[in-house]
Amino acid sequence: MAQQRVIVVGGGLAGLAATVRIAEAGLPVDLFSMVPVKRSHSVCAQGGINACNDVARQQGYSEYMHFDETVYGGDFLADQPPIYEMTHWAPRIIDLLDRMGVPFNRTLEGFRDLRLFGGSLFKRTHFAGASTGQQLLYALDEQVRRYEVEGKVTKYEFWEFLWPVIEDGRAVGIVAQDMRTMQIRAFRADAVVMATGGCGLIFGKSTNSVICTGGAASRCYQAGAWYGNGEMIQVHPTAIPGADKLRLMSESARGEGGRVWVPRKKGDTRDPREIPESERWYFLEERYPKYGNLVPRDIATREIFDVCMQGYGVRGENQVYLDLTHLTREYLDRKLGAILEIYEKFVGEDPHVMPMRIFPAVHYSMGGLWTQFVPKDDGRGLVQGDPRQMMTSVKGLYAFGEVNFAYHGANRLGANALLSCIFDGLFCGQSVVTYVRDGEFHAQPAEGLGQGVYDAVVAQETRKAQRLIDSAGSGDPADKATNPYQIALELGQEMTAACTVVKSGPRLEQCLGKLAELRERYWRVRLGDAAGWTNQTLSFTRALGDMLVLAEVIARGSIERKESRGAHYRSDYPERNDAEYMKTTIAKYDAASGQTRLEWGEVMANLIKPRPRTYGKTEGKADAKGEGKQAMAGAGAGT
Amino acid sequence: MTATSNAQPTRKAKAPDRTVRFRIKRCDGPGKPSRWEEFDVPVQGGAGANVISCLQWIALNPVTVDGKRTTPVVWDSNCLEEVCGACTMVINGRVRQSCSCLIDDYAPNNGDVITLEPMEKFPVVRDLWVDRARLFHTLKKVRAWVPIDGTYYQGPGPKESPENQETRYTLSTCMSCGCCLDACPQFTLQEDPKEWDRSFIGAAAISQARLFNMHETGKRLASERLDALMGPGGVSDCGNAQNCVKVCPKNIPLTESIAAMGRAVVFHSLTKWLERR
Repeated sequence: MAQQRVIVVGGGLAGLAATVRIAEAGLPVDLFSMVPVKRSHSVCAQGGINACNDVARQQGYSEYMHFDETVYGGDFLADQPPIYEMTHWAPRIIDLLDRMGVPFNRTLEGFRDLRLFGGSLFKRTHFAGASTGQQLLYALDEQVRRYEVEGKVTKYEFWEFLWPVIEDGRAVGIVAQDMRTMQIRAFRADAVVMATGGCGLIFGKSTNSVICTGGAASRCYQAGAWYGNGEMIQVHPTAIPGADKLRLMSESARGEGGRVWVPRKKGDTRDPREIPESERWYFLEERYPKYGNLVPRDIATREIFDVCMQGYGVRGENQVYLDLTHLTREYLDRKLGAILEIYEKFVGEDPHVMPMRIFPAVHYSMGGLWTQFVPKDDGRGLVQGDPRQMMTSVKGLYAFGEVNFAYHGANRLGANALLSCIFDGLFCGQSVVTYVRDGEFHAQPAEGLGQGVYDAVVAQETRKAQRLIDSAGSGDPADKATNPYQIALELGQEMTAACTVVKSGPRLEQCLGKLAELRERYWRVRLGDAAGWTNQTLSFTRALGDMLVLAEVIARGSIERKESRGAHYRSDYPERNDAEYMKTTIAKYDAASGQTRLEWGEVMANLIKPRPRTYGKTEGKADAKGEGKQAMAGAGAGT
Repeated sequence: MTATSNAQPTRKAKAPDRTVRFRIKRCDGPGKPSRWEEFDVPVQGGAGANVISCLQWIALNPVTVDGKRTTPVVWDSNCLEEVCGACTMVINGRVRQSCSCLIDDYAPNNGDVITLEPMEKFPVVRDLWVDRARLFHTLKKVRAWVPIDGTYYQGPGPKESPENQETRYTLSTCMSCGCCLDACPQFTLQEDPKEWDRSFIGAAAISQARLFNMHETGKRLASERLDALMGPGGVSDCGNAQNCVKVCPKNIPLTESIAAMGRAVVFHSLTKWLERR
């Protein structure tokens, strides 16, 4: 019988976890990545990974509460059975990572240490210093390297995914390009797993890595896969402004006791260390006495944005203080060393003695490729091994990790992303195995298909690349209007202004106009490099075209969702509207016209009924006396 | 962002808005000759400009100081937070990540020059992008993984003291950037993969061998790791120049790792010799 194989695109946590699981089951895996997988964007995750644990359990916490927090944190937009399954798997995932050698922080007695994180009142976040994502990624990278040595995995690093090969509605391989030799060729597979992460680059500067363009997801979308909840983009409350990107300042800084404040006096120019307590406005602690600095990200972001828009930003600029200076150096270095080092390196100030200056930045896409799930009969969790778990609308094409739309609804809780990525890889990786081995096409392996279907996609991608290469000889090289880097710059500025913290109907309509202008200019785009070897400009420009398509999905979803929910806040519709909009936006692409069409999908809210999502908000004003509770300040500092 | 001098304990006086000259060593591909190109890049003082943002500016305005239009510079990068290791290059003669190289520190005055070159010990792919496949090959050679039974649930891993965890964590922050190899006199450029196993393996992989030999389950492969570090190209090829530890961006105690593995290899070979007798 023909050899069946699986392609995994993307080598972050989701892709590597899937690779390990599928290879372990005996199916050969071809792993594609634009970077050596050890350099994937997952390394940027800092704070930790959530799971119920023995200590929290004895304090009254449970997997069910983790489930509830995630549903509530996501403002009831996510389907509930997948979250139920994920949160109940979480403790087992931590144990597995522990066995793989992840250096989780330890207590004196040698148990895994825990920290507090946003959206919870219990310590349920496991961590390895302040570079947890890096450490988890390395553990999985090491396991994949082991399988590579054993011949079970073949890596294609510095290969860019260009298009899925779809035959009769079924994914049977991909076309990819070697980023060095520029060779374009097809690869056959019986299933394709997309694990290509988020799309932050659409917003120009974000916390994302430079490969996070959303290009791969957009290509699948244009090839027929549906896209869900595109408008749900998380803006992280605390990032370090920079010239090239906005670097994340982890939520763990607040989890370990960091306090957010601004001077009560607008435009106060004093050294922050000279501003007395009574003249500091700890607006999160004041407005949210229960959760304090650890309200979910969408809420913290809007509050920070709000005080800055009112003119309370530090020195009148768009920045607030994130203050750790009340904690000891020894404690900070042990718990947060890596991120404090990043701040010091990139800003040149020592956060042990000076409050950090931070501002929100685009961080994560809750939306993504629309995926299916099959719940258990009682609706509590998923049927293990069912081939449809996290399969897109195209048979045999899966989406794992940030690139899918599941689990996080309208807002993702901190330290839940690493969990959802690894859960997808392990749990749904098994679904890929059943699909290939016993699914409806198991008797017709991709190896037996005619060459024509693959050649056609190679020809399509070769034409597309050639058109861009040929443009290098056309037009005026100094014309900014057709410079791909200029178009990308304007796209990022427009999307950040129109589609992030505060959205409104008129502004979004204006955004659609700008996108149309950028698309028109893109058709006349002119490459500054015609090289047939390691042409990064070609790769960037091709992705730019795909980013423009996805940008429209995000903007249209934002327009149609006439309510405010989680990260999606409409100033013209400030309330959540469950009757009309507790639904998934499903974008479908019409290849003939190039148009995006939106439909609404039902949300499976079978276990937890929607309730108001206030996190116990009270009214707090800058001119009030400094009575703000210090609920979370210093929490855990004694451990 | 503004920056005032008295408010900032570690930052020097604010750099002015200025023009910085970039001298960049370029090469169109393997076997092609190298050439220098120069660019004048406007830099805003105190705005966090780094080598990456300047290379991005050049991509948008690829015109040399002579007014000649050229191609955008090719370089490898990803996270831009000094945690992925991709954007390593030689800046003003010293190997480091370009993302954390701040222009206000490196070129505070108008007309200051910053020189960018590709790493020396790895074959150039194009311009500043080099092929570091050999680095990942060395991780295979020292079996840099914990040999778990499989991914099915089998309970937690071994308990561990905080001291052991802290040492392992530090060693585990190695991002395979290759700074330690580029700066090492014993580590030499090898274009032919067949030469990789005969030539000095370098500090990064030696330190990874130590990391996995420190883990309860990882230890099961300790003997194989030590075998890989014996003989030509092994740990005894280290010339003790100590450049590795000086250039490591993560302050990993690489010389300690080399010393520890050196001792372990000696002990291991003695034991083997005694067993053979």
